[in-house]
Amino acid sequence: MNLLEVEGMSKIFGGLVAVNDLDFTVEEGAVVGLIGPNGAGKTTVFNCITGNYVPERGDVHFQGKSIKGLKPHSIVELGIARTFQTIRLFSRLSVLENVLAGRHCRLKSGFLASMLHLPSQRREERDAVERCMQELEFVGLANAWREEGGSLAYGSQRLLEIARALASDPKLVILDEPAGGMNDQETSDLVNVIEAIRKRGITVLLIEHDMRLVMKICHKLVVLEHGTLIAEGVPDVVRRDPAVIEAYLGSDDNDEVY
Amino acid sequence: MSQSAFLDFSDKRTYGAVAMGLLIAVLPLFLNAYWIDVCVSIGLYAILSLSLNVILGHAGIFHMGHAAFYAVGAYVTAILNTMYQWSIFATMPLAGLAAALVALLVARPIIHLRGDYLLIVTVGIVEIVRIALTNDVFGITGGSNGIFGIARPRFFGFRIVKSVHFYYLVWGMCAATLLLFHWLWRSRIGRALNYIKEDDVAAEGCGVDVTHYKLMAFVLGAFWAGMAGTLYAAKMTTIAPASFNFMESVIIFAVVILAGGSQLGVLVSSFLFIGLPELLREFSSARMLCFGLAMMIMMVWRPQGLMPPRPRRYRIPDRSKAGEEGKA
Repeated sequence: MNLLEVEGMSKIFGGLVAVNDLDFTVEEGAVVGLIGPNGAGKTTVFNCITGNYVPERGDVHFQGKSIKGLKPHSIVELGIARTFQTIRLFSRLSVLENVLAGRHCRLKSGFLASMLHLPSQRREERDAVERCMQELEFVGLANAWREEGGSLAYGSQRLLEIARALASDPKLVILDEPAGGMNDQETSDLVNVIEAIRKRGITVLLIEHDMRLVMKICHKLVVLEHGTLIAEGVPDVVRRDPAVIEAYLGSDDNDEVY
Repeated sequence: MSQSAFLDFSDKRTYGAVAMGLLIAVLPLFLNAYWIDVCVSIGLYAILSLSLNVILGHAGIFHMGHAAFYAVGAYVTAILNTMYQWSIFATMPLAGLAAALVALLVARPIIHLRGDYLLIVTVGIVEIVRIALTNDVFGITGGSNGIFGIARPRFFGFRIVKSVHFYYLVWGMCAATLLLFHWLWRSRIGRALNYIKEDDVAAEGCGVDVTHYKLMAFVLGAFWAGMAGTLYAAKMTTIAPASFNFMESVIIFAVVILAGGSQLGVLVSSFLFIGLPELLREFSSARMLCFGLAMMIMMVWRPQGLMPPRPRRYRIPDRSKAGEEGKA
């Protein structure tokens, strides 16, 4: 079953067609990689899915329903959580509070219950904190819960963003270059985390430049060039696709593929 | 149960807060009527600034028109009391609601504006309200003379007349405000406002309805300012548009900025802002100069404000111990 369906999506900035009539699907339970050379429009596609941009043409279906035109926070509520290419943590808030941000949309206490510190609100807070600590445990940052988000090492910040996304009980997580700026050790930890996310039954869609990582963990690849789809399929097939080799893999750093 | 405890004695600031509370409770015993009046005024500014702190301190919305909501509250009380003989306390919720409604109407179209642009618009709001009151738009505000003869409030048959009565009324309200807003700050909503202040795109991307929470912070702050307006009208018995000018908004804004975000900071900064000029009255012409200089030194010396909020406390089971038990 397709969890996410992108149909004929086009996004235009002024005279630039960033995404051109793009179609692809993300199957439930899969890890799907969106790849392509720099400037191919990958992040724009993500932003169109998460509601940060509204595509000019086409539609996005999530669990069979159109989510085009919804605001980002509503899309998170429906079950799509994301991380950002340029890390966007709340750097002056604690690690735990960063994860609690992801949990926010699943909590119900309103202004009155909060101001009056009602028992129901306190119980909800306790549960939320416990749940968020589990997410920190999941990415291996539980001991750092007290620290400021901005004080973490770069790789840990990326993991914290993932924990924050997971705290919203997503059905689909969208990771924008999760391995960006990570060293080899951090990258291999990340592979384990993504694998564990999939095992939890959460579908993963990611943009990544690290080809080794992509080939290792993705069930399917979607290749973009100049905003247009040039290949879609399992990694082994995509890797041999002449169009892909010419556009992307066959450029100056061929060795990186393996 | 350290998480639900209101006072945390591991924080030195808590001792300061308790000392300040006790001092405020006994202060009228040592002051003459004039200084008690000054303290009533400080209390009113403290309530107003605490309500602005939700908007400006927690959510980071640059709002410099808070006196507009104060005015709406004061006028609702004055009109209901002098024309319809409502008792003062009965007008209080309505004064708050009226201010909240005005806030909702004016803020809805502008709430998405970026900080500096929003600031300009909120300056406009306070001017519009003042000019509307001066021109007696609905024929009920008494024009530039304002409204006279507002009754004294009664509290279960006890008539609140003397300065010292108002002192405890205003500071009682201030204490309640401190507690309720402290709990708000500790909750998911207080956090949501902080996320918005830090990075609104990330907040929205995490599932926080940024527009909704910004608007609600505005409405709540206005509601509180409206209720403070009730107390002001009752204290003064006479209100006029000139009391709610732009300068008032600027003072409240400056109190919150100087405070640096914490509620205790707002209290201290209210005392400094309202009390200090009174203390310096002897220097007459030079006092605003001294005051301005003090502000400048302050901003250079502590640009983050007097007391930035402490991190929220969370009760997390001791992890190191849990790990050891697991191994054993």
